Order: sequence, then structure tokens, then C-alpha cells
Amino acid sequence: MVITFGGGARDQETFAPEGQENIPHLMRELIPQSTFFTQVINRGILGHYVATASLATGVYETVNNFASLPPEHPTVFEYFRKDLKRPASDAWVVAPSNGFNRIGESNNRSYGPGFGAGVILPKHLLTAASASGGDYEHLLRDNYETPFYTPELGGSEFELQQLQMLLKLSVDDFKKHARTLSSPDELSVYITRQLMQQIAPSLLWITLHDIDIAHAGAYSLYIEGIRRTDRLCAELWKTIQTEPEYAGNTTLFILPDFGRDSDDDSGGNGFQHHRTGDALSRTTWMMAMGAGVREGVVIDRALDSTDLVPSIGSILGFNASLAQGKPIVELA
Amino acid sequence: MPRIDLKPEQFSGYPPEARKLVTNDLAALQRLPLSFLPSLLREVIDYDFKFPAERKAIEKEMANLSSLSPEQTKDWFQGFAQIRLSPQLEQFDWINAPAQFVEQLSAYLWTTHQLDAFRVAALAYAERLRAAVPPEPPAIPRLGITVIGQGVTTSDEILFRKLRPHGVYYNRVQPENGLKQILEAVAARAKAHPAVHDHWYIDGGQEAAHDTALTCVSYHALGPARAALSSKIRVEIERPGMGPETLRTLLAQMRPADLGLEPRVAQGENGSAVESVGAVMDRFQVKLLTEGSGTQIFSTTFAQWAAREALRRAQPLTLLVRFAPRQRQKPMNEMLSAGTDSRVELDPMGSLVDADMGAYYNWLNQQRLTGAEQSSFLVWFENHSEAVAIGPSMPRGTESTTVVDLTKLLSWMI
Repeated sequence: MVITFGGGARDQETFAPEGQENIPHLMRELIPQSTFFTQVINRGILGHYVATASLATGVYETVNNFASLPPEHPTVFEYFRKDLKRPASDAWVVAPSNGFNRIGESNNRSYGPGFGAGVILPKHLLTAASASGGDYEHLLRDNYETPFYTPELGGSEFELQQLQMLLKLSVDDFKKHARTLSSPDELSVYITRQLMQQIAPSLLWITLHDIDIAHAGAYSLYIEGIRRTDRLCAELWKTIQTEPEYAGNTTLFILPDFGRDSDDDSGGNGFQHHRTGDALSRTTWMMAMGAGVREGVVIDRALDSTDLVPSIGSILGFNASLAQGKPIVELA
Repeated sequence: MPRIDLKPEQFSGYPPEARKLVTNDLAALQRLPLSFLPSLLREVIDYDFKFPAERKAIEKEMANLSSLSPEQTKDWFQGFAQIRLSPQLEQFDWINAPAQFVEQLSAYLWTTHQLDAFRVAALAYAERLRAAVPPEPPAIPRLGITVIGQGVTTSDEILFRKLRPHGVYYNRVQPENGLKQILEAVAARAKAHPAVHDHWYIDGGQEAAHDTALTCVSYHALGPARAALSSKIRVEIERPGMGPETLRTLLAQMRPADLGLEPRVAQGENGSAVESVGAVMDRFQVKLLTEGSGTQIFSTTFAQWAAREALRRAQPLTLLVRFAPRQRQKPMNEMLSAGTDSRVELDPMGSLVDADMGAYYNWLNQQRLTGAEQSSFLVWFENHSEAVAIGPSMPRGTESTTVVDLTKLLSWMI
């Protein structure tokens, strides 16, 4: 399972001494159980869709961040399914916005159609399920970088009726439960749990995104997003340990897609955006834990964020032949 | 480096002062690489609507470019000359739409992994320019004041954590009439050192009564403009083919009249109509709303961004920023509840945290200007007894339990 600690968080609000109060679960519960990589560098484009696509392909993708386009290189899902001959139900992505709808499958000729992951956009499902009444402006806000614009859906959409068929969840129950949740990421985690219980895919990718509210410039909401994401990561780890299909045989990776701009760069506006491409916005971390991973180990050497997919390949037994990154030796 | 062929008539769409400026220095501009020139033109095209400090900087930069020999120009811009551009960018109407060109260039640099090279070239140029044409020191030491926490009665929040190491933390400030005392102090500075746009008051809510010598911007006063912008955006995003880039271009093209701000026209030297000093402020305010992210919805974001832009562009001697409570961000479950109350609720506690960080950014941005070592900065928790004072006379990282009012405290700083 891969969780992107999404939306971009800076070191000073997370692992730096002054930021640790915002991530009590990562600090106290998860780090002691993990191999923690303190420097993961993203050398690609710092837009959420394109950066997440790069994480998922192991190649720095250059697709338009705001267009409904598939990655150009094979995704981890395609390597996994094609090499290991796994069925479509065995790889899933839960993602925050319409813009991520094509992330499950590349347009690479050797892989591509038929080998990708199913993609669920919980916020989109909820909007569809709640088609009448209520104030849904908050939900329709597709992403925080371009808050006024919602891209058209492209690719194969996870339809509302599949809620019932695959996740054994009626539209009414889905709506009822959503009314108890405070954010889109909580909805994503809820759907992830349903997936784990009903389908139990072997490869599951969750992109969290609440932190990206930082684009609106309200520091308190950015911090709230980090604290929520910290809690949700711990909850998912607990779910892994309690679900029979996952307990004891699951490896979990948690990593941000990238950071945010430094306070010191006059070209940016601090935490608000990730536009300068400075070192702080490119340097993040990664936590690996669970099956086959040593506990309580800290690795300070710099990794590339494209190393993730080849490393998952080493663990699961497929060859990410077109990825730029290399398997992380500490995980081999 | 290929020479760009430029003719005066190509700049006929520029406002009068900008046109004059660019046509005077056409020979120098022709020697510049295309990866750089539109960035300069983006500033020049708005020359008529710029603050005095910005105008001076552009004039000096243009004069410096004109003074360079062809060999020197080649040397100064070798980093930019290495940047490869696409044929689409080369054919773009960058003379009349330099801002859009720069936006597309930025996307192109990201996708072709040339951003770092561009960044290195830009930093090297800025450094050389600063050495050749040093920015002027301020007429008097700068003073920044930020007032936070309006509407908060009690708080357990540890405030000013980022600012305390740089000055004195006071915890027995007498809050009575504090805002009035601050406004009187900034008004006195404005009267003692009068100059257009040198003394500012930015309010994230409704502005308090203030001296007319201050340049004032407030979130409340821009309410109708914000509403007009919001309704225009709603119409635009419904149009077929609308995407984020197109929307950004539309926003960049908005003028004060589009948002209901009255056009202000005065007579120019030759009798032609030119926009007045007020028009500079109108343009500034429109940019706050159309270029700032979140400034349309959160008053705390508006106040911070307005302060950043005022410091960066107008480089004031005095800047008072008062934050006000922003609207509360409703959680998802409230949004989903049937019959959701559409009234705007405020979030004073969240706003206090936003403003505390905003105060730190205000100080950082002030310190980026000339005369930083002589500048002073005060942040005060409104109607409370906590403040931090930073400046040459304030020992760093110290605490004071002295009972003091804000008039007295400011007198110690400046």
C-alpha cells in the first residue's frame, strides 16, 4: 500500500523539531516501526497530478498537470498486473479529484489499456450521489491549485452503481456515512477501508490531498490538514493490522509528493504554494513499514522519488523496466 | 545570441509612458535574449500604473541595459541565451502579451527541465544588476506594525514564536486605546515624511478611522469588487473549453472597471486623458484579487498578500497591517447537511493562527528591502497585553515585564 502524504507539506511543519507537534502519530507510533528515509528528492514538475504520476511510474512525467491525460510511462499498476498476471480487481487507486482519473493506466503501447488500476474518486462519487439539494461548493472544488475550475472526467469512471456491486455499499449508506466525515481525505480513507474489506486488492494507492488547502493562504487550515493526514495514516496502518487479508503480509509506504516553498525564497510566499522549485519544495521523506521492512532504522542518504516503483517491484517481484529510479537497497 | 528586430510601432498598444520608455531604449532591448526580454516587458507595459519605487527601479534597469556594450550584454545574459524555447513560444505575441508569455515560458521550463538553469541565470542577473545599480536606501528607517487577533477574547495559543528570537517579547502591554495610538503614530510619520504611497494602512476587515495621509486598502471596502469578481468567474468557468490557463489569462486582463471600480482619468501634459494616481491603487487592488490565491475568500490571506505586494512593489517607509477574522471553513459534513445555513460564520481562533504566521511573513518581507538593519517591526495581539518589538534598539531574544502602552513602546523603537 502506498499513501501519499498529500498536498505537499514542509519539513518545518512536520519532522523539524518545531513541526513535530503536528504529526504525533507518525512520530510516536509509526516511525519506531519503520525504516525512515530522511531525504527523498523530487526532481520533476511540482504539480500534484504530474508529481503523483511520476511517483507511480518511476519516471519524471511531463504531462499537463491540469489536463485529463494518462501518464506517458507504464505505472506501477501495469508492471504489477502484466508481469504477475494479476486480475483488474487486484490494483486500485483512491484519489482526491477529477484530475487524477487517468492515473491508473498509462498510454504506453507495451502496457496501457487493460493492465491498469481501477480509480475511485470518492469526492466525485459523493457529488454524483448527492445530485440534488445541499451546498456542494466545497465538494465541487476539485483541487486547491485552481480552485475555480473542475476538469472534465476522462478515462474509465468508477460509476455510482459500482459502489453497491463492488464495495457492497448502498448510495444511501455512502451518503449517510459521508455526513459524519469532516473532509475529503476522511472520505478517501473510508472508501479505502471498504475496498480492503470487500475486494482486498494486493496493490492499493491512496492519494491524500487535504493539506493542499494551503493554497488558500490560511496557515491554520494547512496545519489542520497536516494533523488530519497524520491521524489518517495511523488509522490506515491500524486497519492493515486488523484486516485478515492484510495483517502481517503488507508493506506500507508513506511519502509526500513534494514539499512547499521555503519562507526564505522571495519568489514564493512561504507555505502557500510550491512554485519556486527550491530545495525545500523538492526535498521530502519516506516511511516504509510492515512485511519485509526493518523497524527503527533511519536512512539519511538522498533517494530519488522515482526509486519508489522499482523498490515496490523488488518487493512484489516485477521488473519496472522503464522506470528511471533504482530499487532502494535498504529495502531489498 | 540572435538579434531581435524591434520597431517603435510594435509598441503602439502600450500606455503612453511605457511606450516612451521602451522606444527610447529599443536598441538595448534588441540585444536581449527572448528568454529574458518578455519578463522585462511585463514590467514595462504596466509602467504607467506602477508605484514611484517601481518606476525608479525600471528606469534604472533600462538605463543600465542601454549603457552595456554588445559584448557586455552577451556576457550578462549568457545564462538566458542557453535556454531553449519552443517554436510556439518564439512565435507568441510576447510584445503585447508579455505576462502570458512568461506564464507559458514557466510551464515550458518545468516540462523541459530547464527551470533550474533559468533560475541560476535569473539570480545571477539580479545580483549583477543590484551591484551595478544599487537600490536606494529609505529616507528614514522603515517601520512595520502588524496587529493580530481581532475578535479573540481568550487564547491559549503561544504567539509570536517565530518573531520572539529577533526582538523583545513584552507581556504587560497596556491595551487600552492601542489601535488608536498606533494609528496616531503612523499618521505622525506620514505627516513628517510626506510622499505618495510611502505610508500604508492595510486592514483585513473594515478600516478604522485614519489619517488621509495614509494609503489605505481594506478587505471590507473591496466587498463589491470581490462579489463582482466571484460572479464573473462563475460565468466564465461554465463556458465550453474553459481551462485553468485560459481563466488565469482572463483574470490577468481584468481592469478596475470590470470589477465596478470607477475609472479615474485626469488630463495629461499634452491634454490627453491619462489615468490618475488613484488608478495606480485601483490596479493594485484588482491585482490583489485576480493574482492572489485565496485573497477573494479569506480576509487573513488578503491582508498578508496585500502587505507582501505593498512591500515588494511600493517599498513603503511605514506599513500598518491589521488582521481581522476570516470566514470559517465549513467541514464536509456541514456542507452535506440538508438546509445548510448559508450565512458566513467567522473563525477568530483560526484567524489568530493565520495572522501570527502572517505577521512573521510581513517582517520577512520588510527585511528584504533596503535598510533592513535599521528597520523596526512591532506585532501586537489586539486588545491584549502581548507584543514583540524588533529593531536596532531592541535586544534580540529577550523578554520584558515592563508595563508600557503602545505609544511609549513605539517611541522606544523609532
